Amino acid sequence: MYTYFDYSSTTPVNDAVLKAYFKVLKEYFVNSQSIYPRGIEVNKLMEKSREKTASLLGVLAKEVIFTSSGSEANNLAVKGTALKRSRYGKHIISTNVEHSSVENSLKWLEKYLDFEVTYLPVNQDGVIEINDLIKALRKDTILVTIMYVNNESGAIMPIEEIKKIVRKHPNCYLHCDCVQAVGKIDFDLRDIDMASISAHKIYGLKGSGVLIKKQHVQLAEVISGGNQEYALRGGTSNAAANIVFYKTLRLALEAFKSAGDKIKQYHDYLIQGLKKLDKVLINSPEDGCYSVVNFSCLTITSQVMMNALSLKGFEVSATSTCDSTTAVSRVISKMFQDEDRIKGTIRVSISHLHTLEDINRLLLAIKECIEDYG
Amino acid sequence: MAKLVYEYILIRFGELTTKGKNKIEFIRKLANNMKSALSNYPDLVFERTRDHIYVHLNGTDPDEISPILKNIFGIRSFAKTLKVDNDIEAIVKAAKDIMEDKEGTFKVITKRANKKFQLRSDSINRMIAGEILRNFAPTLTVDVHNPDYKLIVEIREKNTYLMAETILGAQGFPVGVGGKAMLMLSGGIDSPVAGYLTMKRGVEIECIHYTSMPYTSLESLNKVKELARLISVYQGQINLHIIPFTNTQMEIYRVCDESYAITMMRRMMYRLAQRLAEKNNCLAIVNGESIGQVASQTLESIGAISEVVDMPIIRPCATLDKLEIINIAKEINTYETSILPYEDCCTIFTPKNPVIRPKKEKCRWYEEKYDFEPFLQEALENVETVIINPSTKFDDDEDLF
Repeated sequence: MYTYFDYSSTTPVNDAVLKAYFKVLKEYFVNSQSIYPRGIEVNKLMEKSREKTASLLGVLAKEVIFTSSGSEANNLAVKGTALKRSRYGKHIISTNVEHSSVENSLKWLEKYLDFEVTYLPVNQDGVIEINDLIKALRKDTILVTIMYVNNESGAIMPIEEIKKIVRKHPNCYLHCDCVQAVGKIDFDLRDIDMASISAHKIYGLKGSGVLIKKQHVQLAEVISGGNQEYALRGGTSNAAANIVFYKTLRLALEAFKSAGDKIKQYHDYLIQGLKKLDKVLINSPEDGCYSVVNFSCLTITSQVMMNALSLKGFEVSATSTCDSTTAVSRVISKMFQDEDRIKGTIRVSISHLHTLEDINRLLLAIKECIEDYG
Repeated sequence: MAKLVYEYILIRFGELTTKGKNKIEFIRKLANNMKSALSNYPDLVFERTRDHIYVHLNGTDPDEISPILKNIFGIRSFAKTLKVDNDIEAIVKAAKDIMEDKEGTFKVITKRANKKFQLRSDSINRMIAGEILRNFAPTLTVDVHNPDYKLIVEIREKNTYLMAETILGAQGFPVGVGGKAMLMLSGGIDSPVAGYLTMKRGVEIECIHYTSMPYTSLESLNKVKELARLISVYQGQINLHIIPFTNTQMEIYRVCDESYAITMMRRMMYRLAQRLAEKNNCLAIVNGESIGQVASQTLESIGAISEVVDMPIIRPCATLDKLEIINIAKEINTYETSILPYEDCCTIFTPKNPVIRPKKEKCRWYEEKYDFEPFLQEALENVETVIINPSTKFDDDEDLF
């Protein structure tokens, strides 16, 4: 029996969402684009989900694009903008701590389409310096893509300030990867041109995501096919997943509202406990997102610590799961130089499903690991 | 500040106070309409007097029921009322509590029905106003001529009652006092507005909707049901009669000149409406026609069409501009549904050049030459009636969201 502490990687599906999903799969299997009554019915449910999702996020229904994942949403935003708007310029600004789906989309553009990308560095708090952004912006910058909350450090980027800067450049879109922000912090999509959301990070289904694309934003289609999702990404709609997306999002936002304080309490408790341990450094910034606690044990490498903790029944991670073939945390290595610190990174992610007892047991286990292997 | 516990809501009547002998009947109807609209709140107790209705709250939140009261015709205005002991300190404190969240100007009006109360009205006014000003000036200031809030303090035999906020009601007459009428509900913007305006004058409505399946879709029928649901708010529930019109329509297109198709179609619709109205004890037909809006709504067309019925026809939108109708539709929340783009029986088979000044004689000639009666009979025999109320759900998929 494992106690799961890797909620930033993925989450268990909410029972209510699962129940709704079963119902749709069973009763509404027909193609949402068929024009017989049952097809229309499915389409209506999907559009209802789109509308409700939109009003929950304060955007318009036509600004919600269902995708297969947060990664696809990021690909569509980055590559779609680049392909559509290269005549305005071929320069993009991002950070050096983005999720692999943004980072590798940018590398793809550099490699195949001769785009130039400026990767802004982050400081020890895991966030960019606003002045760096101001300096990097050029006339031919067509996109700034910066994540809202970092998946490894929990650092919250200064999005409000970034909005103000980018707004002064009318040719430049602002895209925010909000995958780790939704359900974890208060976020505001005003003045953000595009935002990516993933369902499985908020107790929903894998294979389901959304790109919010404000109505003025022009994108090139990334998956050529039928005219699903405004012809931006073809393929028979994953109607069942799209229909329950709204419920997923609603429940996640409600949970954040009701359990936000509890998560902060767990976070503070965990940080306090870790600070008391010898040779342990906290990597997450103090004003970061409470759901993520990243720390390093200077005397034990990530891999050993993870193995030791899983022997004791705890699932934690060392780095972004999408990067987990690499040995060290890419993000933490951008924040700090100390090699032992980078090699000893552990990410714990907290959920409202935890109890204080869970946190206590984890702390104790970490302490024991240090005593045994440190 | 803790939420104030109000004692009752005072309901003031609109025009019906002028209605002499019928007044008692009007008040009884209004009280019944209110009871049915508020049937989800079992703690409410309704008290009728000659001049007011008192809705005793017994713990019910007045702010929760006030949106419902706003939709009940026959109410001129209503006010939340606080009850306190006949004790000057309690009265002053209650007055202060009521005004705490308000901004603007106010005036205190004390009515001392209980002459045994030790202070005179004028001194009470001063004490209350003084206390409010000490606490909330300059957010609140006194204006005795044109105040934003009249804080009314009624000192009666046992208790004192205070109210500050008068909320405007829907006006009109209680639905039902004016009999019943049959509304031709199409799915467009105008007919729900016509229904609403008719209900406002105290007339209960039933709806007739003509479907042309399979030329119209299930979606378009659902849209009409939703419209009926939206206007059912004003009378509690609504009967929607769905009448199959395809065969009649096809026959018209088979035998008549295309330019006369719409006129002929409207004549048949009117006939069906009258027969269904008579069957359901309706005294008039209501529709959303607006003079000159489309070819079938010129005065000549209206004349040629309405000669086939002898029942009064009410056209509340007749003299309204489209924008005026849209504004009302937005107010009553039907606009967004009305503009959903589904074909209805009037938008399919639209002739290229409909006649603007149809001749009655020509219509009569068609009807003498061809027998439409069997088609009308068939349509009437196949009417489907749906009873719709504000909480009717057309699907059970709420759990998906």
